[in-house]
Amino acid sequence: MGADVDIAGKSSGTATGRRDALSIVLLLLQAGPIIILVTLVVAFGLLAPHFISVRNLQNLLAQSAIVCALGLGQFLVILVRGVDVSVGSVIALSVVTVATLTGVDQPSSIALVIYPLVGLVVGLINGLLIVKGGIPQPLVVTVAMLGIVAGVVLLISGGNTLVGVSPAVHWLANGKVLGIPAGALMVLILAGLFWLLLRRTQWGRWLYAVGGNPDVAQWVGLPRDRLIMSAYAICGTTAGIAGMLYHGRTGSASPLSGVGYELDAITAVVVGGASLFGGRGSITNVLFGALIIATIRSGLQQLDVSPFWSSVAIGIGILVALELDVLRKHIENRIRTLRARQVNQ
Amino acid sequence: MSAASPERISNGISDKRLVLSVREARKAYGFVTALAGASLDLCEGEIVALLGDNGAGKSTLIKAITGIVTLDSGAIELDGRPLRLRSPADARASGIETVFQDLAVFDNLTVSDNFLIGREQTWPRWLGPLGFLSARQEQRQWREHASALSVSHVSPSHEIGLMSGGQRQAVAVARAVAFARRVVILDEPTAALGVRESDEILTMVRRLPERGLSVIIVSHNMDHVVRVADRAVVMRQGRSVGEMDVRQGVQKDLVAMIMGVT
Repeated sequence: MGADVDIAGKSSGTATGRRDALSIVLLLLQAGPIIILVTLVVAFGLLAPHFISVRNLQNLLAQSAIVCALGLGQFLVILVRGVDVSVGSVIALSVVTVATLTGVDQPSSIALVIYPLVGLVVGLINGLLIVKGGIPQPLVVTVAMLGIVAGVVLLISGGNTLVGVSPAVHWLANGKVLGIPAGALMVLILAGLFWLLLRRTQWGRWLYAVGGNPDVAQWVGLPRDRLIMSAYAICGTTAGIAGMLYHGRTGSASPLSGVGYELDAITAVVVGGASLFGGRGSITNVLFGALIIATIRSGLQQLDVSPFWSSVAIGIGILVALELDVLRKHIENRIRTLRARQVNQ
Repeated sequence: MSAASPERISNGISDKRLVLSVREARKAYGFVTALAGASLDLCEGEIVALLGDNGAGKSTLIKAITGIVTLDSGAIELDGRPLRLRSPADARASGIETVFQDLAVFDNLTVSDNFLIGREQTWPRWLGPLGFLSARQEQRQWREHASALSVSHVSPSHEIGLMSGGQRQAVAVARAVAFARRVVILDEPTAALGVRESDEILTMVRRLPERGLSVIIVSHNMDHVVRVADRAVVMRQGRSVGEMDVRQGVQKDLVAMIMGVT
C-alpha cells in the first residue's frame, strides 16, 4: 500500500502486517465481481460446449443490455442510500405510451425521445416525494409508485397489447455493429458517460459524498436534496431507455412489459458490490453485476437446468453479496482500530 | 471589514479587537429551553473554551453561530456587524468554519476530496457542478495547505475511512482552518481520540492564532482546556454564568463553576 500514513510516522511490525493482510482482503472484495464473472464464464464454458460461442456471447450481451441500462440508474439511487423499485413499471409505461402516441402502423423516430422522457417524469415524481414529501423510506415510496404506474399502464392500454415497433428501435435492440449488439454498444457508451460524470465532475463527487454521509453533506453546504432528486430523475430516465430496448426486443407493447425487472436491476447493482449503506460502488462493477446475472441465466439454460433454479441461484447471489458488504465494513473498522492503536502506543 | 467598530471588551480580560459577539441568545425547542439569554465574546487571536454540563446549551449556541439553528431572539455580530445566518453555507461565506463532533468527514472519499469538498474548482465554469475536476490542481491545493497545517504526512489520495480517528480529525481540522477567515469552532475535537492523537490536534489548535484566527473550543476534558484555551466561558441552563482566565491549576475551579458549586 505504499507509504505509511501514520500521524506519528511510526509503525510496529505485527500490527502493520495484520493491517496489510486486511488491506489485501479488502482489495479482493473490491475486485470480487470481475473474479466471479470470469469464474462463471470459464465454468460454464467447460460444462456447456456451446456456451463460449460467438452466437451465444452476442445473445448474452444483448440480453444483459436491458438490465445494464436499468442498473446504471439504479446504482445512482443506491449510491445516495435509496432504492427505486418502480423501474419495472416504468418500462411498461414507456413502451405503452410510445405505442399509444405514435401508433403501430406508422411508428416514428420521435419515439426515441419519448421513452426516456416518460421515465424522467416518473423519476422526478419519485424524487420529489422522497425529498420534499419527507417520506423517509424510498422503498415504500417506490413500491407505491410501482403499483400506481402499473395501474396507469393498464388504464392507458386497456389491457391490450399493440404489436409493432419503430424500425429505429427495432435496430437498436436487435441490430449489430461489427458483430456487437447495437443495444449493448449503446449501453456501453451510456456507461462511459456515467463513469465520466461520477468520477470526474463535481456533481459525481457530491453524489458519493451525500451517500457517504448525508448529514455532513448538509453541514458543509452541499445541495443535498437536489443531488438526491437528480439520482432518482436519472434512474427513471435509464428505465425509459431500458423500456426502449425491451420494446425493440419483444416487438410489441404489452402492459405487462418489464414485470420483475426491478429485482434484476437491484441485484445487478448489489452483486456488483455497491453498498446498500450508500456511498460505495462503481459503474464498471454494475456492468459486471448485470453480466453475472445474464451469465447465470444463460449458463443454466445451456446446461438444461430448469429456469426455476436460476431464480434460486440469483437470490443466493444477492445474499452472499450483502454479507460480503457487511464483511467489508467490519474489515475497514479493524484497519482503523489497528491504525489508531499503533499511533497511540 | 473596514467599517468594523473597534469595540473593546469592558472587563479588561483582553485588549484585543472583538471579533465575534453573541448577545442575549434565546432558543426554545417546543417547551424545552435550550438558550435563555446566553452571551459570548471572542477576541482576535483568542482561544475561548466553552464549558458546561450536558444540556447546558453549548451545542445549541454553536449551532446558532454555525447557521444550523436560527435563534428565537438575540444578536450575533461578526467584526461589529450583525450576522444573519440562514444556513451553514452563510456561516462559511462569512468566514466561520466548524469542525463538528463525531468526526465530520466522508469516509468513502479521499483525504484531498474531503479537504476540498464544496469548494472544488471546475472547468469549464458555465457547466457548474457538471464541470470537470482537475486532479492535479487539487493535489497542488492540498500540498499548499498541508505543510502549513502540519498534516503533510497524510497522503492526499488515501481513502479517509481507512485512517485512524486522529488522522481523520486532523484532516477535518485542516479543512476548517485552511478556509476560515475569522473564526474556527471545534466541537469536542478530541473526544474520540487517544492520548497521542489528542496531542497532535491540540498542538494544531494552539497554533491557530498565529494565522489570525479566533477559536471557540467545546470540550469536557479540563486538562485539554487548560492546555489550549486563553479564557473559559461556563454555561449553565442556557445562560453564560461565568468566565475565567485559564492557566495551570484552575481545573478544579472550572469544574466547580460548571457544577454550580462555589
